[in-house]
Amino acid sequence: MQRHEFGYFIHEGVNNLFSHGFMSFAAVGITVACLLIMGTFSLVAYNAEMLLKTLESEYEILAFVDDSCTPAQTKAVGEAIAKLPNVKDVEFITRQEAMEAFEERSLDEYMRRNILPEMFRDRYAVYVQDLNLARQTASAVENVEGIGKGNVRVDEDIAGGFILVRNVAGAVSVALIAILLVVSVFIISNTIRLTTFDRRDEIAIMKMVGATNGFIRWPFVYEGFFLGLLSSMIAFGLQWLVYATVAKSIGAADTLQFLRVVPFHEIWKPVALSFGAAGMLIGVGGSLTAIRKFLQV
Amino acid sequence: MIRLKDVEKEYENGTYALRGITLTIEDGEFVFLVGPSGSGKSTIIKLLTGEILPTSGRVIVNGFSLTKISDRQIPLLRRSIGVIFQDFRLIEKKTVYENLSFAMRAVGASPRTIKNRIPYVLKLVGLEEKADQYPHELSGGEQQRVGIARALVNNPVTIIADEPTANIDPALSLEIMRLLNRINELGTTVVVVTHERDLVNRFHKRVVLLENGLITGDGVGYDAK
Repeated sequence: MQRHEFGYFIHEGVNNLFSHGFMSFAAVGITVACLLIMGTFSLVAYNAEMLLKTLESEYEILAFVDDSCTPAQTKAVGEAIAKLPNVKDVEFITRQEAMEAFEERSLDEYMRRNILPEMFRDRYAVYVQDLNLARQTASAVENVEGIGKGNVRVDEDIAGGFILVRNVAGAVSVALIAILLVVSVFIISNTIRLTTFDRRDEIAIMKMVGATNGFIRWPFVYEGFFLGLLSSMIAFGLQWLVYATVAKSIGAADTLQFLRVVPFHEIWKPVALSFGAAGMLIGVGGSLTAIRKFLQV
Repeated sequence: MIRLKDVEKEYENGTYALRGITLTIEDGEFVFLVGPSGSGKSTIIKLLTGEILPTSGRVIVNGFSLTKISDRQIPLLRRSIGVIFQDFRLIEKKTVYENLSFAMRAVGASPRTIKNRIPYVLKLVGLEEKADQYPHELSGGEQQRVGIARALVNNPVTIIADEPTANIDPALSLEIMRLLNRINELGTTVVVVTHERDLVNRFHKRVVLLENGLITGDGVGYDAK
């Protein structure tokens, strides 16, 4: 492509945008809405994933060591657990440390004064790689010699709740992205189809004088590109606003303190890239769909 | 050069438009293609411009064999042909100059080439004073001259005029035909499809008569067939 052709394509593409101002405005509006919905669900899924990761790093399975084990056997138990699949880390907690931790957490003064180290047992805190497999890992830990059945504590409710949120948000995001991408491409395609219809005589003349399909196609591709780019920029700005507002509300709510929302300034670059790529994909895809039939002259 | 050899064309609805015609038009020739409606004139134009392919036979236009032409070659074929339409097909929202520059831009001409070429072509068709006017501000004859200028602007080897005088005042028809004759004298092959017998007879040029998809006459002058 030569420089003068490039300038011509850009000029024509921008002109096309204004030749059907209202339709362009409508296409941008609908694409912004679609991008915003896609972005919101993706960000919910991302935050759920991040929360789950935090939870995974803090989540522990407690494996109580049989009191009859010697220190050497206790150490061997720890080594055996560390070798199990899905085990990220193993931390040994003595009965004394367990008692001190209990004292810190306990609000009951009577309990604090009357507990003895003998009431506790040595234990291993087992950290997992994938919360989905926590139940299986706990079963494997139970089978380690020196632990035994019934001596492993695993809190499945918390893990299950977060996994559910992550999986639902993830699945909804994928489904919505697919549906809304198609909707957006359709809308932009129809807008550009109007332009191509309006310019069908020009296209016919271009074909007759020997313009290549590529030459005819480029201005419409630029039109779609600009529509997509404009939509993605507006959608990004709105997404930022919505995200920051929701994050602020969650941060201010006493009941939602356990939720850590990833600050937007930490993720704006991939979000901007994703919006830009999606916008351009929608725009260029829409224009190529629209122009296809006009080139069959 | 244009060469048609045993060309047949049957449309999808079963209509036979051409029934095995053979025709050669040498470079630099001026040929009238005449015949009644439905005789196959339009089909020949469509074949020559690559809009349709023959059912059988061979069609060669300016070195392009249309029986085995690829999609990529069709724009190159069309650049070697300038087409003039009976309904002018000018872009109403563009000026005369813009109509011509549009046709040049479409084939990738640089702004400099456009700037140099258009005044020359406008002078050739006698419209140098009308460059900034819109088609609706021109007479039918002037609009057709813009159509001729557009066909010429990319310097084609062959001009194909499809009933170029059908929509203009009879008094101006002669003027248009003289212009095409002058273009032919400058070296361009000209094929004019028409059924205006009187007009054809005023020029002592080769006339090919088509009837029912067959060539029934080929000689100088309409009545010489």
